[in-house]
This record gives sequence, C-alpha cells and structure tokens, in this order.
Amino acid sequence: MNIPESLRYATTHEWLLIEGDTGTVGITAHAQAELTDIVFAEPPAVGKPVKAGEVAAVVESVKAASDIYSPVSGEIIARNDAIEADPSLLNSDPFGQGWIFKIRLSDPSEAAALQDAASYRTQIGG
Amino acid sequence: MRTPLFEEHQARGGRIVDFAGWEMPVQYSGILHEHKAVRESCGVFDISHMGEFFVEGPGATAWLDSLLTNNLAALPAGHAQYTLLLNGHGGVIDDLIAYRLGPDRFLLIVNAAKIAEDAAWLRQHARDGVTFEDRSSHFAALAIQGPLAGTVFQSLFGRPMPASRNVVEETTPESWIATTGYTGEAGFEWIIPAAGAVSAWRRVLEAGAVPCGLGARDTLRLEMCYPLNGSDLSPAHTPLEAGLGFFVDLKKTGFIGQETLRQQKQGLLPRKLCALRIEEKSPPIRSHYRVFVNGEPVTETTSGALSPSLGCGIALAYLPPAYSDPGQEIEIEVRERRFRGHVVKKPFFKKP
Repeated sequence: MNIPESLRYATTHEWLLIEGDTGTVGITAHAQAELTDIVFAEPPAVGKPVKAGEVAAVVESVKAASDIYSPVSGEIIARNDAIEADPSLLNSDPFGQGWIFKIRLSDPSEAAALQDAASYRTQIGG
Repeated sequence: MRTPLFEEHQARGGRIVDFAGWEMPVQYSGILHEHKAVRESCGVFDISHMGEFFVEGPGATAWLDSLLTNNLAALPAGHAQYTLLLNGHGGVIDDLIAYRLGPDRFLLIVNAAKIAEDAAWLRQHARDGVTFEDRSSHFAALAIQGPLAGTVFQSLFGRPMPASRNVVEETTPESWIATTGYTGEAGFEWIIPAAGAVSAWRRVLEAGAVPCGLGARDTLRLEMCYPLNGSDLSPAHTPLEAGLGFFVDLKKTGFIGQETLRQQKQGLLPRKLCALRIEEKSPPIRSHYRVFVNGEPVTETTSGALSPSLGCGIALAYLPPAYSDPGQEIEIEVRERRFRGHVVKKPFFKKP
C-alpha cells in the first residue's frame, strides 16, 4: 500500500501535505480502497473556516456516504473542482489529482501532532 | 450463515458483508465494473442464500393458487412465473418465482431473509394431498446474466440457451436451468445440489462470466424497477400499491389477501410505488431520503442509487395518487439540500 513519507496522516485516513502555512488534504490509498468506487464528491467552499476534526467534505461510494474531516484548523483557500466532475480521481490518484482541498493553517502545531507514514502504516496494519 | 461458495468468494477477493444473516460478497472488482459487465457482457452471482421450496401432490396447483397472487393453473409445465405471497390484509409477505417442474410439482425460489417466515406460513396453511418441503440448505444457485450469457450456457451445456424467457428444465437429477433473473438482461439461473456448487461456479467463471456481488445486483435490479422485499415491498403495502397488478389474478378463485385487493381495485389506491429520476447533478440517492412535492415532505424513498447506466440519481417511493403520474415534479433531500427530478415511467433503464 502506497503511503508517501512526505505526508502527515490523520487516524481518520486523511493525508496532509504542508507547504509553508498552507496544507493540502486528501484521503489515503487505503481509504479509497476501503470506500470502493467513489461516485460523488463534495469539496468544501473556499473561505469556509474549519476546525481540526470537523467535517470538511463528503465523498460517496455506490454503497455509502463518508465524511472527510479536516486534519487541521484554518480557512479553506482552494477546492478541487476536478473531483466533483470526476469523483473516480479519488480512487485512481488519491495522493495526486484526487486532492480535496487546500487550507491556510491557523495553528501549525496541529500538523506536528498528526501521524507520520510509519505510524499510519502501523495503524492500518500494513 | 455461509453458502457453499464462501471460500471461493474469499479466495477471489470478494468483500464480505452481512445480508439477512448471510456472509455474502457485496463486490469483487467493484460495483461499477460488475454492473457494466452484466449490462455489456456477462456476470455471475451466487444466489445460494435464497430459499428452495418444493411442493408436490395432486392438490399442489390448487393449494398454491390459494396462497399466491398469480395464476399457476394457467402456467404450463416447464415454465416459471413471478408471484407474491400475501397476508390476510393483502400485504406482501414475500415475492418469489414459482417454477412448474411438472403437472403436480413446483419449485419456489424465495428471498433469503424470508425463508423461515414463508415456510412457517405455508406449513400453517398445509393441506392434505400436498407435500411441502423446505430444501434450501440442500441447494446452491447461480445467476448468470448479461448479453453474453448464451455463450456461457453453450460452453457449459454444449447447446444453445433456450430462447424463451421464464422456462425451466431439469438438466441432471436435482439440477435445473431456468431463463429467469433479476437484472433485466438475458441469462439463466442454475439450481444445483450444494455439493456441486464449487465446480459449477468455477466452470461458469472459466466460461468467461465476471464474478459479481450483491452491490451490482442491487443497482441492476433498481434500474429495472424490480422491487426488493423488505425495502420496496412490505406487509404494509399491497402488490397493487407496488405496481405489480400484472402478477395478481383477481379473477381466479380466492387467494389469501384477494378481498383487500378487490376492494382497492374498486377505488383509488392510497399510494403507488413510483420511479423517481433526479435531473440535476446529485449525490447517490439512498433509501429513507425525504421526498418533497410543492415544498412539502410527502414520503421517503424505499430504494435509491446513482444509476451506473444512466449517471443520475434514481429512487423508488410510495406517493399519494395525486402525485404519482409520470411528469410530476418532485425533490429528494440529501443532507439538507433538495435535488429536483420527476416521476418517470418504469423502468429507468431500457436496452438501446
């Protein structure tokens, strides 16, 4: 299972890429495999403030809807319109074209509290 | 509970879920891929969890005709018909396929979740001259469905698949093939002794069928507006309300529930199971989502999906007669947002 070393991970299976005070958020390869065919994605509106652990987006597979939690607090500064048009990008490229939103971090210390790749690998038993 | 194919499902990467107490595969490669395989080539489903009842004896036809809505006296041997088992108030206990194996011999294939309840009901109404046997655990069954099902049939049996729908024949003792199904595609169902299930399953896969799970079975049947008992059918609704009047013979000599249906037929049905199609981009529709007409909540969906074939939200719901005609504008609520659509003619999906 692909778990990039450069990312931080939430126990709820979101990944976070930190670049300065900006974070990019998506779901892991493990999460998309568990969710199966994703047929609907609703990324958050730009400008929306979110707290760490709050629901920021929803993705739905044929069988179930799943909440996507923001791993950190801040303001949404970009949303990936491409996954709205083609939700299968979340399955085919979860760490790349399947990103969900970008957030301006209000408290960078929250990112440090997330898991590294090794810890997340242990969590998913892989 | 497990079917004789449980290990096969696990070995092939089937994702196992609970279905009415059965550990069944919801998918293998993916619901969308499996759905497409059935619409465009051929898929195979393990339906061994379903129940097999045998009814025999000189009074078998008359007895079943007193319990089931359709007309078995009019069904020739070697044919099958969709029919319903009702309670005394005309509510649905189960929907099933009755196969006439001989003049006085029938096979009933019933829903897995209803085996015990159906068997108890039939035993409660036992009649002299008729033997009833629940042999569900003795049999496995496969549904081979799709435009290329005939190719699979040819390679299994060395002859063409019967061209007619709803025919049944015994292939070897205690094994039958029947041109019935739950997908809207050509195909057949193969009922075999449980001991032969693994080899039959492997032969069907070798012949080119794609293994499919309950997820695709659900989206395929919903596109055809085939009801699912427990969701779209229940003791609270009659078959007339469910739009299944074609499978109800009100003229034949009494069957349990017939009186209620006759009375309903005299007046206006209190509600009708309608096909709802969303006409804007929406999340998948699921069961128990609220349906609005003129801004007011009027009912909830009984089944729903994002139709893989049509690419839009589809659902079934019981609507009052004033709102049940095709063209009626409706909205379905998903997470506090409403999505616009219409009541449409059944089925949602028609082969091009």
